Amino acid sequence: MGIRFVLLVNKQGQTRLAQYYEYLTLEERRALEGEIVRKCLARTEQQCSFVEHRNYKIVYRRYASLFFLVGVDNDENELAILEFIHLLVETMDRHFANVCELDIMFHLEKAHFMLEEMVMNGCIVETSKTIILTPIQLMDKAS
Amino acid sequence: MASTMRGLSVFISDIRNCQNKEQERLRVDKELGHVRTRFKNEKVFPKKQGLTPYEKKKYVWKMLYIYMLGYDVDFGHMEAVSLISAPKYPEKQVGYIVTSCLLNENHDFLRMVVNTVRNDIVGRNETFQCLALTMVGNIGGREFAESLAPDVQKLLVSSSCRPLVRKKAALCLLRLFRKNPDVVNIDGWSDRMAQLLDERDLGVLTSAMSLLVSLVSNNADAYWNCVPKCVKVLERLARNHDVPQEYTYYGIPSPWLQVKTMRALQYFPTIEDPNTRRSLFEVLQRILMGTDVVKNVNKNNASHAVLFEALALVMHLDAEKEMMSQCVALLGKFISVREPNIRYLGLENMTRMLMVTDVQDVIKRHQAQIITSLKDPDISIRRRSLDLLYGMCDITNAKDIVEELLQYLSTAEFAMREELALKAAILAEKFAPDLSWYVDVILQLIDKAGDFVSDDIWYRVVQFVTNNEDLQPYAAAKARVYLDKPALHETMVKVGAYLLGEYGHLLARRPGCSPKELFTVINEKLPTVSPPTVAILLSSYAKMLMHTHPPDPELQDQIWAIFRKYEGYIDVEIQQRAVEYFALSRKGAALMDVLAEMPKFPERQSALLRKAEDIEADTAEQSATRLRNQQQTSNALVVTDQIPANGSLPVGQLSLVRMPSQNMEASSLDQGKVQGYGAVKKVDPESASSSDLLGDLLSPLAIEGPPSGPTTLEQSQGLETSPTSPGALALAPLSDQPNSIESIGNISERFSALCLKDSGVLYEDPHIQIGVKAEWKAHHGRLVLFLGNKNTSPLVSVQALILPPRHLKMELSSVPETIPPRAQVQCPLDIVNLQASRDVPVLDFGYKFGSAVVNVKLRLPAVLNKFLQPLPVSAEEFFPYWKSIPGPPMKLQEVVRGVKPLSLPEMANLFTSLHLAISQGLDLNPNNLVASTSFFSENCRAMLCLIRVETDPADRSQLRLTVASGDPILTFELKELLKEYLISIPAATPAPAAHPLQPQSPLPSSAPNDDPVLG
Repeated sequence: MGIRFVLLVNKQGQTRLAQYYEYLTLEERRALEGEIVRKCLARTEQQCSFVEHRNYKIVYRRYASLFFLVGVDNDENELAILEFIHLLVETMDRHFANVCELDIMFHLEKAHFMLEEMVMNGCIVETSKTIILTPIQLMDKAS
Repeated sequence: MASTMRGLSVFISDIRNCQNKEQERLRVDKELGHVRTRFKNEKVFPKKQGLTPYEKKKYVWKMLYIYMLGYDVDFGHMEAVSLISAPKYPEKQVGYIVTSCLLNENHDFLRMVVNTVRNDIVGRNETFQCLALTMVGNIGGREFAESLAPDVQKLLVSSSCRPLVRKKAALCLLRLFRKNPDVVNIDGWSDRMAQLLDERDLGVLTSAMSLLVSLVSNNADAYWNCVPKCVKVLERLARNHDVPQEYTYYGIPSPWLQVKTMRALQYFPTIEDPNTRRSLFEVLQRILMGTDVVKNVNKNNASHAVLFEALALVMHLDAEKEMMSQCVALLGKFISVREPNIRYLGLENMTRMLMVTDVQDVIKRHQAQIITSLKDPDISIRRRSLDLLYGMCDITNAKDIVEELLQYLSTAEFAMREELALKAAILAEKFAPDLSWYVDVILQLIDKAGDFVSDDIWYRVVQFVTNNEDLQPYAAAKARVYLDKPALHETMVKVGAYLLGEYGHLLARRPGCSPKELFTVINEKLPTVSPPTVAILLSSYAKMLMHTHPPDPELQDQIWAIFRKYEGYIDVEIQQRAVEYFALSRKGAALMDVLAEMPKFPERQSALLRKAEDIEADTAEQSATRLRNQQQTSNALVVTDQIPANGSLPVGQLSLVRMPSQNMEASSLDQGKVQGYGAVKKVDPESASSSDLLGDLLSPLAIEGPPSGPTTLEQSQGLETSPTSPGALALAPLSDQPNSIESIGNISERFSALCLKDSGVLYEDPHIQIGVKAEWKAHHGRLVLFLGNKNTSPLVSVQALILPPRHLKMELSSVPETIPPRAQVQCPLDIVNLQASRDVPVLDFGYKFGSAVVNVKLRLPAVLNKFLQPLPVSAEEFFPYWKSIPGPPMKLQEVVRGVKPLSLPEMANLFTSLHLAISQGLDLNPNNLVASTSFFSENCRAMLCLIRVETDPADRSQLRLTVASGDPILTFELKELLKEYLISIPAATPAPAAHPLQPQSPLPSSAPNDDPVLG
């Protein structure tokens, strides 16, 4: 399966984007997000970017006030996922220019479009920023 | 676009400005009410109050936003789905994306759009194609698989299709294949797959590689033709040949595709073609040697992602020794760096490396460094370090490692203590260089982390001490020291009181150890302990009375006063003990007989296990007995459940527990091992029977009426399940055969592997290798043993004897007495299966080499699942049969706890490997799994078995298992077999859910008739 979910959470623990690749009920999501936030947000910069949780791992990275947390299977290549997060951030940055939490909040749909071009069914589909952003740019032009 | 959805922005700002959760909830409720009204009005007055597509889009996004915040959105799904049919791209896009966020594959609404989705997929509009493929790829279910797979396959290989469509088609097909593997016809597809890997576009390749991983993990044989292609892809990337700038990440050609490609290669068992192998190793060598640490974090991470994957692939391929030691050297470097990510991964991969033989010694050199990481401030790193230490522990370093674990235990945080305590206990038991050390370790464990030391750990100590006279004074003295400490954990009180009651008299001449002093130190704890411990203390007092010669009237008065005080105690168990001990202790001589020292625990492998299983199997009539069993503390069955579940037994012993119980062979095998270890002396049959006798003698005291069938059963159960868990005595580490010649590889692991495949090595030592190749057809099996002499001189006095369990007929052709140098002898063995049973035949094998006599008992993989053949059934066949079996004994259901956390596909793979056919989609609940198989035996020929597993996505550690067949024995055996495979092996964290399964505390709460304290 690979990637189980991608979560963006700010440092107050508020969810800013959530995309799951396996179906969880609302209660399960709430519980999971709560547990993860508790576990990861308290960690320091000197600690590693991987947290073992239940029977999977969370690979996470912090950018300013925003935490990007990706749940992956235990045998996933952690560093590859860690850099995939950075690729996502760079892609957002290219589109929004100096992306910040508010951009993602108020353009939730765009964040979803980008992620949709990058991950499908828990697997990475595309890693070229130009190609990822093409559909969004087309749409922006049209409107 | 967002700028045009003003309402949405306003809503988001409102939410953002909410001061607290309550305000947020009110604002959300208001918005939901508004959206709901708008949707409703549209249905009632479509003309007058119809929504524009723009409005619908806006509302649907609001719903998604609210859902993301964690609020239930129980309406509007229909509106979201209906946007899929919108003619314009923006609406359609929202429809597809929001639908895949809000709905799951089983949602009814999805059915309504199957046709629209298909039209989008086969249509000419590529953007529509992409949207549809993505949604199906994310949430498509079986229905989509059946109706869309051919179209999706066509798109994937179409030359007229652009990469942006094809890459999505690849992952869409992956989803459909997972939903229904039949949609990919392997014969035709493997060539196409290989062609697909010639692709230039790296986006398509990235997706195709994921698809390949999934296909290969299901059936590696069919896709061997993809191996050279994968190696080519890897070469292209590693040489940075034809890689567009867009796919180069910080100077590294798509690290993700490199990683995925190497992952795909790890699914092939080996790479035979020498040219391909050479090219691959060239690339791997370059990665291993050429990855330097650089300043840029991203570049560094990306290159190390590739490096770690390369390491995994090298390990998998069992590369040449030189390359392996390169890997170990690299990992050794990684585990000592400061950078936490690299150190974490170094530790993790070193643990994986332990699987590869020959490197253990090199890894041991890093022990000090690994121990440093055990004290790291980061729990993730500490966990990895703990796992690695656990994995690398053997008899040479056990003392050091266990001592480190103990030391760390005092400072470790709560989350890790339980795991630590368990691991320390297992290692201490597995690798104890001497038993006094073992006792020390467990007492320290109880002292430092009593809450996390389960009862069976301290029972084990008692059992060892009982069976080893040399150890008794030592253990008693230790217990005495601990009892002086303030704020003692209650478990320590229990074990201390037990040991001093039983062996305190051995210390009589030491200072502070007179009976009275011992009594005083124990009795100080009496007011503060819980009833189960009170019961143990009472027994301990009775023992002290008995041991005191000449009787000390003052002590006697004190103890009698306590007995009398508890005569009216509310807890029946304690009351009964008080009354009985009081009566007994006034009888003088009788006291001596009844309270004589505990006999050695018999290591016979419980006839009870079997009996308890029988009780479980045939239900109705014996329900009273069963009820009793449940109320009465322990029964052997609980022990079977408990062993794997709470993980107090090391891995190696699990297999022994599974051994045929009433088989002489089995217990003699156990004995062989135990003797080899030297810790436990051979059972004295008399002592075993005398303990039974004692049980009989005592039983009328506890249970009115003569000791009838079930009563004796309980007695013996008590004896068994008290400190002695069955099989627990088989303490010998596996490497410790009773022979001077060490086996190569783990015998038990080899056996386990052979249970799931049909050929491989059964046993190997420096002189001989025994291979097995088996063929199974219905209830017949033919197993050929290949005995290969590895030496340049002959092996003599070769003996092979089969000890078949009752349910198998086995005939071994004669085995030659001598195996010539470097020769291989084949011995076919014909097997006929009569009945379902999990008992395992044993090969008693021996030979002489020089002065060394080797004798080993090897389990043969003629196991239950070999007589299964996967038999897929349709819904029309399944349901009538399922319903025709109403319940026990032919249909058994059990909630299994402490289950290995497996995803459903993993579980499906496991079942497939056990020859069960998974019927996908029969059970509408996606968390359930339905399987069927047919079992062959001479008695009943083919018998259909149906299996249903219901999992709880919130808690993967438990599931409900139902097995049905026309034969109660088969049903039971199959259920138990599946349980063995599903339950997690105790190497991992113990499942806390297992606790309710435990007997409350075998010692005190059971009636005295089965109470070893009384012995």
